[in-house]
Amino acid sequence: MLVIPCPYCGPRPELEFRYGGEAHIARPEDPSTLDDEAWGAFLYLRSNPKGLHAERWRHIHGCARYFNVVRDTISDTILASYKVGEAKPDMDALARILAGGPRAAAGEEKSK
Amino acid sequence: MSGAYRLPSGGRINRQKPISFTFDGKKYQGFEGDTLASALIANGVLLAGRSFKYHRPRGILSAGADEPNALVGVGRDQAHYTPNVRMTMQELYDGLVAESQNRWPSLMFDVGAINDMLSPFFPAGFYYKTFMWPRKAWDAFYEPKIRSMAGLGKAPTEADADRYSQRYAHCDVLVIGGGPAGLAAALAAAESGARVMLADDQPEFGGSLLAETEATIDGKSAIDWVAEMVAALKARANVTLLSRTQAFGYYPHNSIGLSERLTDHLANPPAHLPRERFWTVHAGEVVIAAGSLERPMVFPENDRPGVMLADSARIYVNRYGVKPGKRAVVFTAHDGAYRAALDLKKAGIEIAAIADLRHHPEGPLVEAAKAAGIDVLPGTSVTGTAGRLRVKSATLARIGADGSAMDERQVECDLVLMSGGITPSVHLFSQSKGKLRFDEHLKAYVPGRPAERERSAGACRGLYALSAVIADGFAQGEGAAKSAGFGGVTARTFAVAGTLESDPGSFLGAAPHGRDASRVKAFVDFQNDVTAKDIRLATREGFRSIEHVKRYTTTGMATDQGKTSNMNALGIVSEALERDIPEIGLTTFRPPYTPVSFGAFAGASRGDLFDPVRTTPIHGWAAEQGAAFEDVGIWKRAHYFPKAGEDMHAAVERECKAVRDSVGIFDASTLGKIEVVGKDAATFMNRIYTNAWTKLEPGRLRYGVMLREDGFVMDDGVVGRMADDRFHVTTTTGGAPRVLAHMEDYLQTEWADLEVWLTSTTEEWAVIAVQGPNARKVIEPLVEGIDLSPEAMPHMSVAVGKICGVPTRLFRVSFTGELGFEINVPADYGRAVWEAVFAAGKAYDITPYGTETMHVLRAEKGYIIVGQETDGTAVPDDVGLGWAVGKAKKDFVGKRSIVRDEFQKPDRKQMVGLLTDVPAEVLEEGAQIVADPKQPAPMTVLGQVTSSYMSSVLGHSIALAMVKGGRARLGETLYVPMPGRAIPVKVVEPIFFDKEGVRLNG
Repeated sequence: MLVIPCPYCGPRPELEFRYGGEAHIARPEDPSTLDDEAWGAFLYLRSNPKGLHAERWRHIHGCARYFNVVRDTISDTILASYKVGEAKPDMDALARILAGGPRAAAGEEKSK
Repeated sequence: MSGAYRLPSGGRINRQKPISFTFDGKKYQGFEGDTLASALIANGVLLAGRSFKYHRPRGILSAGADEPNALVGVGRDQAHYTPNVRMTMQELYDGLVAESQNRWPSLMFDVGAINDMLSPFFPAGFYYKTFMWPRKAWDAFYEPKIRSMAGLGKAPTEADADRYSQRYAHCDVLVIGGGPAGLAAALAAAESGARVMLADDQPEFGGSLLAETEATIDGKSAIDWVAEMVAALKARANVTLLSRTQAFGYYPHNSIGLSERLTDHLANPPAHLPRERFWTVHAGEVVIAAGSLERPMVFPENDRPGVMLADSARIYVNRYGVKPGKRAVVFTAHDGAYRAALDLKKAGIEIAAIADLRHHPEGPLVEAAKAAGIDVLPGTSVTGTAGRLRVKSATLARIGADGSAMDERQVECDLVLMSGGITPSVHLFSQSKGKLRFDEHLKAYVPGRPAERERSAGACRGLYALSAVIADGFAQGEGAAKSAGFGGVTARTFAVAGTLESDPGSFLGAAPHGRDASRVKAFVDFQNDVTAKDIRLATREGFRSIEHVKRYTTTGMATDQGKTSNMNALGIVSEALERDIPEIGLTTFRPPYTPVSFGAFAGASRGDLFDPVRTTPIHGWAAEQGAAFEDVGIWKRAHYFPKAGEDMHAAVERECKAVRDSVGIFDASTLGKIEVVGKDAATFMNRIYTNAWTKLEPGRLRYGVMLREDGFVMDDGVVGRMADDRFHVTTTTGGAPRVLAHMEDYLQTEWADLEVWLTSTTEEWAVIAVQGPNARKVIEPLVEGIDLSPEAMPHMSVAVGKICGVPTRLFRVSFTGELGFEINVPADYGRAVWEAVFAAGKAYDITPYGTETMHVLRAEKGYIIVGQETDGTAVPDDVGLGWAVGKAKKDFVGKRSIVRDEFQKPDRKQMVGLLTDVPAEVLEEGAQIVADPKQPAPMTVLGQVTSSYMSSVLGHSIALAMVKGGRARLGETLYVPMPGRAIPVKVVEPIFFDKEGVRLNG
């Protein structure tokens, strides 16, 4: 079971959360200005990377808030957890921390 | 006395506590501290079961969790019966009842053993080849036959009467394994002040030290040292010790699954104890000190009872004080077996010879064996064994450089001890996604780079010498504590003496024997009856990947998951393909490490607690009235209220008529309810729903439609505006959580600037629907402070007042097409108000109705049910809800999608009504609709029936359907093909009753 760090409540077991898909996909300010292709891309195209992935989680059985997490989709290591509206972390820097092994990654996550 | 093979002294058994037990109906004696295996060995019994495929007699092979052969059924009755219990792990208790498996009529004489003679017909993958013809016979004959012949234990016939509990725990350092490395690791971590948990699968801690009689640690005997360590750990408040606890699974983020056995060793378990406790431990750091497994030698007839792992025999002698035999031949390729031979000899077992595959064995252990007068035969192999139910002799031969066998001779013995080396137990490390590394000298995989906050210690990472194992344990324990943020551990050394250092080198694969390889059975996997020949055959047939070889031959499968067999199988594949072992790979280690009871996984989730049930405040009343219930999501809803002698059809006919003619009462409490409040509530509603809300006045209701961003209908429901800044939203019964999550998603992540709060109020309100021409008359006398007249309170309005003295939000709304009210009252008052309304309605013969009648009534009016008419691909216009889309609104969720050209096409599936020619003919929901019933299959399908009922009020069946270009087909005849016929149906408007809505506004 993953242990997910909620930026409001702290680390909690995965059971308390609901996955929310890829993060940082903002709804266009005025959807009517998008052509079908651009709108389709907003609706359906997701990056699905093998590696670091910024994704949304909701602490549904806790504070009920949405927040963002950077997770390595290979090892499930969580490298960052931050509130909605905060900037996406430097993914290259996180990748370097991940390369340092699970303890380095845990230290990074703790210091957040 | 507990058996002729019991040694006069020694062992960790309590000779003051004799224990009686039965095996296959025969009574035996053992001692407290015995396992079922050691107690049977004490009685000279080694024959423990019959093999999976060939029904060959099999004996006890090991002394621990890796046992592949000695599996038995244990339990006093079927409600307390466990099949496939490893004898080596089953502690003895008074009155224990065990039986052997996979034999008939008896273990001694088993008819199924004919399979052994027929074995040329059962090579690897035989069921893919032999039973292919005729094709149909597979399902009818071959498969059931094979299934009944094969297999091990039988599942019990009664429900498990035991209780299982589950528990979560957190610690800074979890140590897995309580042997020398684990104890030292736990001590080091404990001294740092970290919260430590130590789990071990045995009843007492000590691991390999429980069978250590020679070594001393810090001047103490191994067993005294263990006792001291355990006492030191027990004395600390920051340490939790779990014995009889198997760490079976390593899951992400250092979540470890532990299975603790609490009562399997007790004759009379106290009632308060669960049988097992399932732990989920979240550990900061993990130290795996899982030890190692001994590897069998693969040689012809190596499966005869009396063939045993060398170190296991040593454990039986030293730990349990029993002799596995009287005269042993030892077959090995490394030094460990010499230690066993020496210990056995000391216990009075004659060692006929040590056959060592190595041509030049040397070192202190070899010298010690020679000095003890043991006949050491270098470059020698065991090329076969003889004996029916027990080994009588072994054949030894010198092996030439070319692998040929010379100077064969038979040696009488009742025990053959084998040891191909040690395999570090890397299962948990591998489960944690850590990378394994192949160690050429050990010929085994050892842990490489970890993927979790984990470290391996001792034998499970390939260390062999006791001094190194203990030192490593302490160092890893200290390291783990430090990584978890704890320090200050005083450095410590442990002085180990009395053991002879040995070479852990080893042998992998099949030993040379010089016999016809196509005729001998040299077993690799004992539990699945897989021989070296089978594995070579698989490689000849083209299997290259070890994962494929595993699945084709079944090596490494079943309850032991190849603990003793995987490495030898790899060795044989490597040799056959002439490729290095790392190139062949390794099968994936998956949890559980050892079998875990289903009961432990289920925990309390059984019976009534298996699936939670939601009931409404009025549920009890409906149950008392004899209502039939149906499941809607996890809700229990009254389906219909049958009177004596009525079936569903008759009850629904009566209920429908009552609503249309007078008045009915319906429990609508399951409707999802969300209170939307705040300065920007109307703005929020405008963006979430297709409808326009700005102009809806307080006191009015509106039917709202909600889309997903892709434009498809997601949910619907009536919404009341209670105030400028407050909406009472209702959702479908099943959709409530989804709708709230959808709203929260937009509110929190897209429109965080809006001042709106969302609160689920589903369970705050009981909802009593009173529907029918007499509805107003029924409730009028009960209502205070609300003018119910049509002028003051028209259809689609809401008022706040009191009913029966209870505060209410009274909706004038209808899902039946009749004059109707939905009385919202606080849930605690739901039943009282319901009963008051029901009593007041007696004068009008008020009739309770259920969901089936609700469905018929709404279908007569053409009201859709989201999820029944819609299937996630319908836009509002498809189901006739185009009118509910606010055209003037600049944006709402789904708007950009529904204006796409695709959704304007006239041939989209549209909702229509269908009428059959024969009034009594009720179409099947889900049935397909075609234009030409004579078209050969595959037919061109135009759509499907979504709702279909008998309408007793209309005297005709009615149906709703989604049909391509349906609205342009009004009046056409289409067909619903059914087996043997096609039912003609007329396409009509999807509203069958009171088209003008006169009754609604009554």
